[in-house]
Formats: sequence, structure tokens, C-alpha cells
Amino acid sequence: MKALLQVSGLVKRFGGLVAVGGMAFDIAPGEILGLIGPNGSGKSTVMKLIMGIERPDAGSVRIGGVDVAGWPSHRVARQGVGLVFQHSRPLHRQTVLENIKLALLPDALLRLFADSDVEERARAIARRVGLGAVLDRRPGTLPFADLRRLELAKAIGRDPKVVLVDEPFAGLTSGEVGAFSDLIAGFRAEGRAVLLVDHNVKGVAALVDRVLAMYLGEPIAEGTAEQVMRDPQVRRVYLGGAIETASRPALAAKSGPPLLAVEGVDVLYGKAQALEGVSLRVREGEFVSVVGLNGAGKTTLFNAISGLVPYAGRIAWEGQPLAGRSAAAIARGGIVQCPESRELFGAMSVRENLDLGGSHLTKGERARLLGWMFELFPILKSRQAQHAATLSGGEQQMLAIARALMMQPRLLILDEPTLGLAPVILEQLSRALETLRTTTPITVLLGEQNVTFALPHADRVYVLEHARIVWEGDPVRFAQEAGAAYL
Amino acid sequence: MRGLLRSRLFWAAVLVLAVAAVLPLGVSGYVLGLLTLAYYFGVFAMAWDLLFGFAGEVNFGPTFLVGLGAYGAGILNSETGLPIPVCVLFGAALAVAGGLLLAVPALRLSGPYFGLTTLVAVLLLQQMVTVFAKYSGGEIGLTIPDVLSISDITNYYIALGFMAISGLVLFGLSRSALGLILQACGQDPVEAQALGFNVAKHKLAAFCVSALFSGLAGAMLVFYLGTASPGTVIDIAVGVQVIIAAVLGGRRTILGAAVGAAVLIVAGEVLRPLGQLSTFIVSAVALLAILLMPSGLLGVLMRQRS
Repeated sequence: MKALLQVSGLVKRFGGLVAVGGMAFDIAPGEILGLIGPNGSGKSTVMKLIMGIERPDAGSVRIGGVDVAGWPSHRVARQGVGLVFQHSRPLHRQTVLENIKLALLPDALLRLFADSDVEERARAIARRVGLGAVLDRRPGTLPFADLRRLELAKAIGRDPKVVLVDEPFAGLTSGEVGAFSDLIAGFRAEGRAVLLVDHNVKGVAALVDRVLAMYLGEPIAEGTAEQVMRDPQVRRVYLGGAIETASRPALAAKSGPPLLAVEGVDVLYGKAQALEGVSLRVREGEFVSVVGLNGAGKTTLFNAISGLVPYAGRIAWEGQPLAGRSAAAIARGGIVQCPESRELFGAMSVRENLDLGGSHLTKGERARLLGWMFELFPILKSRQAQHAATLSGGEQQMLAIARALMMQPRLLILDEPTLGLAPVILEQLSRALETLRTTTPITVLLGEQNVTFALPHADRVYVLEHARIVWEGDPVRFAQEAGAAYL
Repeated sequence: MRGLLRSRLFWAAVLVLAVAAVLPLGVSGYVLGLLTLAYYFGVFAMAWDLLFGFAGEVNFGPTFLVGLGAYGAGILNSETGLPIPVCVLFGAALAVAGGLLLAVPALRLSGPYFGLTTLVAVLLLQQMVTVFAKYSGGEIGLTIPDVLSISDITNYYIALGFMAISGLVLFGLSRSALGLILQACGQDPVEAQALGFNVAKHKLAAFCVSALFSGLAGAMLVFYLGTASPGTVIDIAVGVQVIIAAVLGGRRTILGAAVGAAVLIVAGEVLRPLGQLSTFIVSAVALLAILLMPSGLLGVLMRQRS
């Protein structure tokens, strides 16, 4: 059968970064393709390129034979593409029914009143997605799963030939996952072409006809879910090659109160549970890794520790609760986070970024630390006068870590330092972390989805999955037990 | 239409209008004059709310559109002596044309830049008035030969009727299918596009409607006042008052903007004996009101009811 969606030679560059480098795939009517890849692999960009939210630099996107690459997204939508957004932003002052009706309106300026059948069609769609009982409620009063149903309803409203679904099951309970799977399987039965974008094969394996795995903007494997899970290159990307470990059990066995103790922490984002009863402890001098896929809750956990998001539960630093302290006070107290998004001051030079990190130091002390930073990351020395925004991704990550170290942390929190970086950079970062571990007393809490990167330095490992800690132990045991279930 | 008739806000507005319609029986010409001014101001604010509350764009220069309408109508009348309705329509058309000229390039910008362009446009218009003083009367102002009426009561009813019709059209528009699309465009342009709506087209249309009513009201105002001067129809301070009126009355309610305008104008007048202090008090109260109830007077009322 002729493919409904044909993507070929798709390329997207952001400055010097190649986010998508030559993606190509077809989806036939009534077929569900899973597009998977770790965070930063470019899969979301592929989806945006198809929808016209980003303009591709090269390549074609054919919908039923018509090339829509580079079209504005409202025209792509009318050509028959629907996108189910992961984060819904419905109209809050309108009812559920009105929100669905919105999707059924024509893009015309002179049609002040909706056609009479719009109301009936909107009700039918609502019943189909399971919103029949809440038609007159406002979105703000709905549980999270119903908000996702509303997004689904809006996409159905346009009767798209091609449906793109961004992380179909993120934030849903297992019962809700079943209901959503049935709805998406319904698209297949109606002969639509469906693209599911997700982090790992496991999440979508039961639903998809085919899986395409991508990494660093390029396809690396294609086939059935089982084939892709067995693929050696996919395993290397997710699990890495041979996992090395070098834990120091003596540190964990030390007595006395831990440096950081997180006990039963819950975080809610609106209706979505981002952390559920999370507990962990870090002892002085330890290197603790929290591994988990994107969306598991790592960043939320770190932001709770840094005082950036409100939480329920208890977080204690040297036995004293952190609740009520401002994020700035927590950072001055010795907990310094190097965030996933790096948050460099792009318009400032490398040197200025570093000086800002060390602004509380005396002149001599600052010079000494700067010297150490340039020893740790020699490339930064030659880049001192350059604007931070013009650095490559790897250099930006090094600068972010160096700036955090200039604050003289007692606990350094590193959130996804490997995000979107090439293997050669990972080796350099890995060496720097090893230096930190062996030559300084700094305690490190590392969040990673890249297990190969997270394990070699770790003394202990926590696995975070769907907002909960599901495993904890030493890295040797992780390599034996948890690794296999991680894909 | 059914939606409009079911809306309690609509019936409350009808009630207020009915009270306003019988006011001339009991109050002085001075109060009527004040309210006449407030009604024109109400239209400025309602037109502004369509853009801010629904299309999500902050227009820092409502007086650019008002001023174009006012001076377009005033100059045409003083130069050619054409009848008032022709001049008013010309002023409104000029406001729409000027608005388009500004909005087509400005709406390509995102975030605060759109607002900044509208602000600069006001300064430009103010300079134009000074430069072309021969036609515009410059800083002193332009004296308009024709006036709507010399009767306070007639002027009052013209302003009330004009506000009622403008309010009905703008409110109806905001509650129509178009209003829904416009809100979606303002709140989440990416998703609105993904649903197949041409966001730029809808925002531009909203800007034109806003310009049309601002221009009409500006033109009517000069024929009520008999003069046009930068201080009354162009100055940034006037624009700020329009914005405060709309926010004070309640964002995204359209009708709230008219309420806010009336409150602001009447309060300014009641406190006039205090001299300079009156402006300070009105501004301070408006500031407090915005800080304490960002959803505005009408927003708070509607929330309590639901």
C-alpha cells in the first residue's frame, strides 16, 4: 500500500548543531510507527519538522504525495496532519465541549457562528475519547488524564490522515495507559498513519507495528519492537558497552547523619505527579548516581533539593531541614546545581561566566580556582574571551560544570551532563568527574539516563522510574540486575 | 446568538444601559458631559481589550489608532467642510489603514517587541502633529468647525448609543466562533497553528477591528469636544489611562473595559478638588486594584458568581 506519510532526507541544523541529519521513513495507512531515541536525539525535532513548527533545512515531507516541507503549520494541518501535544494548554475559561468545538471550526474570518452540526460532532468526539461525562466542566477542574484526552479529542476533530503523538503515555497510570492504547489503536483501525514519539521501546512496544530508533539526529535501527530492543547499536546507546564500576563501599557505610537526606518527597505539577514518595541519602564525599529515563523525575528531584519547586516531605542538609530556605540561600549553603539546560549567560564571555560563579571569593582564591578549572577543562582557557552562546554543546557543558565548581560546592548536583553530546566529549567529561572524585572532597549527585556514563564513578545508584525510586544498590549489582530491565 | 442571550453578563449590561438611558431625567448637564466622555473612553478600552484579552497582544499605543481617527476626521472637516458622518468614516478608515501599516510588520515580532513598536508609533504620530501644525493646529490643538450637537442630552445619547453598539459588536465577536479561535491564537499560537488556524491572519483581523472602533470613537470624540489636541487623543498618558481602564475593568471581558473607563473618569472628576493629588490617588488606587485583583472588577464579580 502507498505510504500516507513519506519523510526523506530530512535535515535540521540549529547553528552548528545538527539536530536531525538525514531522517527517512514511511508510514502506511493503518500503521503505527514508534520513533524512539534518548533525550536529545532529535526525535521531537523530527515531529516538529513534519508539523511545520520548525522549518527543515533540507529534505521532503510528503502527505499523501504532496510535499509540505517548509509549509507553515496551519497549512500542514489542513493537509491532514494532527499533533497530540504532550503538554496541554486548553482554553481555561471555556468548557471542555467548547475546547473541542474549537478544533472543529473553519479557519475563516467571516464565519461568526459555527455550523449547526459542530455541536453534535464535538459531543460524539468527546464520548469517543471518554470525556462524555465532563463536557460542561472547565479544563482546570479535570484530572491529568482527562486533559490528555482533551488533546486527543482536538486532534481527532481535524480528522487527520496522519496523527503525531508526543509521548503518548507520559504521566499516566497503568490503567489509563490501557485506555489510551485502545484509542490510539482505534486510529489504526480507521486507516490513519500514526507516529508515536517516545523515549524507550518498552513504553510503546505493545502498540506499534514498527519501531525506528534514532540517536544524535540519525536513524540507528528499524524493525519490530523485539528486533530493535535486541539491536546491538540500540543497546549500546541506551546501556552503553561494557559497564565499568568502581564503587567505594566504605563511604556508604560511614556512620553519623548523611550530608543530604531526602525523605518521602512528593511533587505535583498541576495534576501530574512528578515525584512520589522519593527518599534517598547522600553521605559526605560520596558519588551517587540517579539513573532514569527522561521524564522519570530526575530534574524535579534536583529542583526540589535546590529549592526551585515546592514539595511535600522532608529534605535535610546536614540534619537541618531545607524547607523555607530560598534557592539562593541553599546554593550559598553549599548545594550547587548544574542544571540540564546549563543556564549559561549566553551573551557573557566564558571568563565572565566563571567570574560570576566565583564572585563571592577573594581575588587570590578566585585566581587559584580559575587555574584549577583551566587544568580540569583546558579548552576553556583558550575560549576565555568568547561568548558562552557560541561554544559547542560539549564546551558549554564544561563551562556549566566549571562555573558550578567556582561556587565551591560541598554537594555538586549534575543534571544530565551528557545530554546531546557526542561520545568523544563524554570521555573528556568522564575524566573530569574522575578527577573530582579522586582528588577533591566534593560530594556529587549525578542524574543520568546514560548508564555507561553514570556507573563508572558511582559509589551507589538509585533508579528513578515514573516518579518513584524503584531500585537502589551498588553499581556492580545494578549491572547484573537492573540493567536488563532498563531498555 | 443563543450564547449571547444566555449570557448573564449580557443581561446585566442591558440593565446598566437602561439605567444610563434614563439618567438625563435626573442629573445635571455637568454629570452628563462627564459620562459622555467616559463612554467614548469606554469604547477605546473595549477595543483595546479585544487585542490584549483575546489576541494576547499588548498594544501600548491605543492612542495611535485613536489619534489617527480623531485627527483624520478633524482635519478633513476643517479643510473641506464635508459632513460629519463622512469625516467620521474617513477617520475610522485612516485608523484601520494606519493600524494595518503598523501591524503587518509588527505582528511578525514576538514577545514585548510588538508592544514596543506600538509605543514608538504613538511618539511618531505626536511628532507628525507638531510638524504639520499648519493642518493639525500643532501643540495647541485643532478647532473643529462642526460639532455633533450643542445639547448635552443629545450628545449624551449619541455617546451612549455608540458605546452600546460598539460594546454589542465587540462582545458578540468575543463570544463568537472567531473569539474562540482568537483566544486560542493568543494563548498557544503553536497549538492553534497545529489545529489549522492561520494565527497571523486572525491576529491581524483583531487588530483591524480594534483599530476600527478606536478610530470611530476618536473621530466621534473630536466632534463632541469641538477640538482635537495631542494632550486629549494622542499623548502616551491618555493611552496609559485606556490600558488601566481595561485592566481595571477586567481582562478578557470586553464589557469590563467600559466599566473601568467609567470608574476611572468619574473618580478623576470626583477627586478634582484635590488638584494634582487627584491624579496620584486615582493612579495609586488603580495600581493597588491591579495588584490585588489582576482579573479586574468584572473578573472578580464573575468568579464569585461561578
